[in-house]
Amino acid sequence: MHLSFASQIINLLAAILLLLSFAMLTQRRILSLINLFALQGFTLTLSTLVVAWSTGQHHLYYSAALTFALKVLVLPWVLHRLIRKLNVKWDVETLINIPTTMLVGIVLVILAFNVALPISQLAGTITKSTLGIALACVLLAFLTMITRSKAVPQVIGFLAMENGLFFAATSATYGMPMVVEFGIALDVMVGMVILGVFFFQIRERFDSLDIRHLEKLKEE
Amino acid sequence: MPLPASAMHLILGVVLLWLALGLAGVLFPHNLNLVSRLLFPAGAIGALVLAAAALDALSGEAQSLVLPLGLPGLPFHLRLDALSAFFLLLLGAVTAGISLFAAGYFRRGEGTPPGLQCLYYHVFIASMTLVLLADDAYAFMVFWETMALSSYFLVTSDHTKAEIRRAGFLYLLIAHVGAISILLCFGLLHGTGDYTFENMREVQLAPFWATIAFAMALFGFGAKAGMLPLHVWLPEAHPAAPSPVSALMSAVMLKTAIYGLLRVLFDLLHIQVWWWGVVILVLGLATALYGVVFSAVQSDMKRLLAYSSIENIGFILVGVGLTVIFQSYGMRSLAALALTATLYHCINHAYFKSLLFLATGSVLHATHERALGKLGGLIHRMPWVAWLALVGTLAIAGLPPLNGFVSEWLLLQAFLFTPNLPHPYLNMLIPVAAAAVALAAALAGYVMVKFYGVVFLGQPREERLAEAHDAGLRERAGLIWLAAGCVALGVAPVAVIGVIDNVTGALLGKTLGASATGWMFLTPISPARASYAPLLFLLVILAVWLATWLAVRSFYHGRVRRAPPWDCGFPAQNARMQDSAEGFGQPIRQVFEPFFRMQRELPTPFDATPRYRVTVEDHLWYWLYLPLAKVTEAVTRVVTLLQRGRISVYLMYSFVTLLILLLFVR
Repeated sequence: MHLSFASQIINLLAAILLLLSFAMLTQRRILSLINLFALQGFTLTLSTLVVAWSTGQHHLYYSAALTFALKVLVLPWVLHRLIRKLNVKWDVETLINIPTTMLVGIVLVILAFNVALPISQLAGTITKSTLGIALACVLLAFLTMITRSKAVPQVIGFLAMENGLFFAATSATYGMPMVVEFGIALDVMVGMVILGVFFFQIRERFDSLDIRHLEKLKEE
Repeated sequence: MPLPASAMHLILGVVLLWLALGLAGVLFPHNLNLVSRLLFPAGAIGALVLAAAALDALSGEAQSLVLPLGLPGLPFHLRLDALSAFFLLLLGAVTAGISLFAAGYFRRGEGTPPGLQCLYYHVFIASMTLVLLADDAYAFMVFWETMALSSYFLVTSDHTKAEIRRAGFLYLLIAHVGAISILLCFGLLHGTGDYTFENMREVQLAPFWATIAFAMALFGFGAKAGMLPLHVWLPEAHPAAPSPVSALMSAVMLKTAIYGLLRVLFDLLHIQVWWWGVVILVLGLATALYGVVFSAVQSDMKRLLAYSSIENIGFILVGVGLTVIFQSYGMRSLAALALTATLYHCINHAYFKSLLFLATGSVLHATHERALGKLGGLIHRMPWVAWLALVGTLAIAGLPPLNGFVSEWLLLQAFLFTPNLPHPYLNMLIPVAAAAVALAAALAGYVMVKFYGVVFLGQPREERLAEAHDAGLRERAGLIWLAAGCVALGVAPVAVIGVIDNVTGALLGKTLGASATGWMFLTPISPARASYAPLLFLLVILAVWLATWLAVRSFYHGRVRRAPPWDCGFPAQNARMQDSAEGFGQPIRQVFEPFFRMQRELPTPFDATPRYRVTVEDHLWYWLYLPLAKVTEAVTRVVTLLQRGRISVYLMYSFVTLLILLLFVR
C-alpha cells in the first residue's frame, strides 16, 4: 500500500509536469514562461525526492538537490536578470497560432504514450507508467522551441527539454549515474552562459532578439 | 654486440630528420639563410642516406615493423620489401638532387615564407616515404592523404593568384576522388579480415570482385598518376607550383601512384586477368599519345613539361599493361622484361623530368618568364643550366646513350614478343600498339626539340633576357646530380637491371637476368634477337665527334671564321623572325586537329594592330568535366533548398527526424 501511495503521488506530479509543459507551450509572456519553467523544475525536484524516498535510492537525493539548485534557483534567476537587461519582458508572438499548437501538442502526447508503451512494460521501476509523460514533455518542449521566434523562449524550451529528459531518466531507470548527471548539469550551465553571450551579440547586431533576422545570414 | 641498424630503422630515422627539419623551418619561417644553407642541404643528405638504405634493402629479406602510432588497437604496419625499396631508392636518389636545388631556389617574398615551404616540402617527402612503406590500408591512406594535402599547400604556395588557387583546388578535388576509390578498393580487398596487407594477400576474391577491386585501384591510382581522362589537374598544378615542387610531384609523387598500382596488381590481388592488361595498355597508349600531342602545342614551358609527364606516365602504364598480359598467360620471362622496362622508365622519368623542371625553375628565376614566346637564346646567358638541361632533353627524347633510350627500347622489345601471345586477337592487335608507342616516342623527341630550341637556342626574344644570370652554386649542384644520374642510368643499364631484378623476382617470381652476356651488353631475351651496348655507343659517338673535330681542325688549319649568317637576302633580321613555339607546334596542331578544341582569331589585312590568337583547349573539359560539374551543381541546388536560414525550420528537421526514429524503433 505504501508503494502504491508513492506511485500515486509520482503519477500526480507527472501529470502536473505535463500540464506545465502545455502551459509553457501556450504561454506568450516571457516572464510567465520563466516562472513556469521554475515551477516545472520544482515539480521535478519533488518527484525525484518521492522516488528517492520510496525506493531508497540515495543518489537521487543528490540529483534532487542539484535539480533544485540549478533549475529552480540559478537558471530562473539568470533568465530573469537576462530579460531585465535585455528589456524583453513583453509578449512573444508564436509562429503558429496557439490553438493549432495545442492540437499538435495533443497529437504528440498520444504519440509519445504509444511509443513509450513497450518500453515502460519492460522497465521494472515504480515510475514506469510516467515514461510516456516524460517523453511527451520532451516533445512538447521541442515544439515550444520550434514555435517561438524569439531567442529567450527558445532557450527556455531547450531547458524544459532537458527537464523532460531528466524525468525520463528517473522514471525509466531511477536516474542516470551521478557523473552523467553532473555532466549534463554542467552542460546546461555552460550552454546558458554561451547563449547569454549570444543574446547580447544578436541584439547588438540586429537591435532585436528576433531569430528571424538570422535568415539574412543565409548564403544566396 | 650492438645490433646493426636495419635499413628500415635508417629510413625511419631519415623521416624523423625530415620532420625535424620541417619543424625547424616553422620556428624561423622568415630566416632564409637557415632554410637554404642548413635545412634543405641537410634534407638532401638525408635523402642520400635513404637511397643507400633502400639499395641495401633491395636485395635483402623483407623487413616488417609495427609502429605504436595510429589509433588504439590499430597500429601502423610498415614493411620494406623489394618493391618498396626500389621506389624508395628512386625517391631518395632524386630527392637528393631536388633538395639541393631547392636550397638555392626558394627566395624571400614569393608567396609562402621559406620556413613554411620547408615544412610542407619535408612533410611531403616524408609522407611519400611512408606511403611506400605502409603495410596496412589504414596507414597507407593516412600517409596518402598527408601527401596530397602537403603537396596541395606546396602547389598553392603563391596563393595570392586566383588561377593558382583554382589549380590547387582542382588538384585537391581529383586527388580526393581518387583517394575514395583507393579506399573502396582496399575495402574490397580486405575480405572479412583486418586491413593489413598481410591479410589482403591471403584473401581469395572471386574474379568478379577482383575485377571491381582492380577497376577501383586503376581509377584511384590513375587519378594520382594523371591517367586519361583524370589528367586535367596535372597541367594546371605543375605550372602553378614552385619548380622544385613540380619536379618532386612529377618525378616522385606520380611514381607513388604507379607503386600503388603495382602493389595492388601483383602483390595484393592473387590473380591477374588478361583483359585487365588490355585495359591498362589501351589507357596507357591513349594517355601517352594525348600527353605528347598536347605538349607539342603548349606555349608555357612548365605546362609543356607537365603534358610530357602525362605522356611518360602513359608509357609506364603501357609497360604495366604488358606485364599483366604476359603474366596472366604465364609467360613469366616476358612479364619480367615488361616490368623491368616499366620500372626502368619510372626511375628514368624521375631523373630527366626533375632535371628539366628544375632547369625551367632556374630560367624562371633568371627571366621571370614562363611563356616560351618571350624566351630564347639563354644558352649564352645561362650556360650551366643550358648544357645540363641539354642532357635532360636528350634523355627524355630517348636518344642513346642516355637513359631514356634504354627503357623505351626495352619496352619496344617487350612489344616485339606480343605475337607469341596465345590469343588470336591480342597477338595481332598489340603489335599495332607498338607503332603507337613508337609514334609517341618520336613525337616526344619533337617536343623536346621545341622546348630546348625555343628556350635556349636562337636569339633572345625580349630585351631583358640579356640580364638573365646563371643558376647559383646549390642549384647547379642539384642539376649536376640529376644530369649525372641520367648519364649513369643510360650507360650502365646492366647494373640497373641487376637492381630491378630484385623487384621482378619478388613480384613475378622470374628475373630478366640481363647480365648473362656480361656487363657490356644489355641483352633482354637472347643475343640472337637484340642487344644494346651503351658504352660502345658512347665510345663510337665520342670517336666520331673527335674524328670530325680533328678533321675540321686540320682541314681549316684551326682557323675560326666568323661571318654573318645567311640571311636569305633580307638583312634586317631580328629575334621576332625566329620560329616561335606556336609556329613549331603548328604542324602537330594541324595533323592532330581532332585532339584539340581550338579557337583562332586571325587578323584581317586592314587591322592597324594585327593580333593572332589561338587557344588550344582540352575536349575532355567540355565532354566530361563541365557536364559533371553541371550535374553536381544541379544536385547541390536541390540540397540547398534545405537551407532556409530559419532556426525554427532547422529545429523542425531535428524534430521530424526524432519522431520518425521513435516510430521506427517501435
